[in-house]
Amino acid sequence: MIALAGASFAGEIPQAERRSGYELMSRETRAMQDDDTANPGMLAVLEGGALWARKTGAGGRACADCHGDARASMKGVAAHYPAYDTTLKRPVNLEQRINLCRTERQQSPALAYESRELLALTAYVARQARGLPIDIPVDARTQPFLDRGRAAFYRRQGQLNLACSQCHDDNWGRRLAGNTIPQAHPTGYPVYRLEWQSLGSLQRRLRNCLVGIRAEPYEYGAPEMVELELFLMWRARGMAIETPGVRP
Amino acid sequence: MANALINVPDRTRRGEIVEIKTLISHPMETGYRRSQLGARIPRDIIRLFVCTYNGTEVFRAELHPAITANPFFVFSTVATESGTLTFQWTGDNGFSVTETAAITVD
Repeated sequence: MIALAGASFAGEIPQAERRSGYELMSRETRAMQDDDTANPGMLAVLEGGALWARKTGAGGRACADCHGDARASMKGVAAHYPAYDTTLKRPVNLEQRINLCRTERQQSPALAYESRELLALTAYVARQARGLPIDIPVDARTQPFLDRGRAAFYRRQGQLNLACSQCHDDNWGRRLAGNTIPQAHPTGYPVYRLEWQSLGSLQRRLRNCLVGIRAEPYEYGAPEMVELELFLMWRARGMAIETPGVRP
Repeated sequence: MANALINVPDRTRRGEIVEIKTLISHPMETGYRRSQLGARIPRDIIRLFVCTYNGTEVFRAELHPAITANPFFVFSTVATESGTLTFQWTGDNGFSVTETAAITVD
């Protein structure tokens, strides 16, 4: 039994064998993502563009008033998130960064996770990184968070006693019910998921997986979630951002 | 808030068949669902989509409940002259969105 358990743990995917979920999708779904008119995620990007320019909060300032044209100022930014926040002394993801800007600079209430506005703004910012490689700088400050994220990825949990790695490292490309198991590279978030019929964040997807293995999902924005996000982005380093992605 | 994405080729030749794609966001409420208290949630859908090419109608679609939340239309027309394509979506609760796209025919 011990030998069997050992054999089933194939370990990390070699760099050259990494595949975006895009490559495991059907031709039709890939075409949907590739065509900006057919990609429903682009509707959110469009809305995000409008929100970027809209003044809000007691500060009476829009994102554009500080950051200017997002096509220049936000170019490639999403490829570095989650990023370390020196004030909070922990990594924050893109949604949290947008909300920090809202509460501190715009003096406007934070947007709820998975709300239309927050997804739209996140999609708009992340869209400016499309095609650019994911690059998560690792230093002494982020290393402990990355290690915790890695530990979570390899930790068996839930009633099914499964680790993320057992599906996404060891059995990617095989079928789980009707679906192909992807390698879990978060390249296209926020993603338009056909199953959801809407846009959703990486954390929504992670919560889905946690419920799937019958574990108690972490709350949106929980430090454990951001650590896992950080590890997944680091694991996908060098792969191109696809936002807004379409996934089955 | 409604957003529409439109894809029309900017330049084309006379007599050529051009493909036009449109996608619009709309929340869609079928009218068949009920609230937790049993009250029927009123229908809220896009009922009609019309595309005109320099004033001439080239495409029309009537929509009914449970077709789609964000209608995506792909259709074609023959490029006859340079001008404007006008797209209009109308629906329940006074929903009305009009967008235009220019087309140049050589």
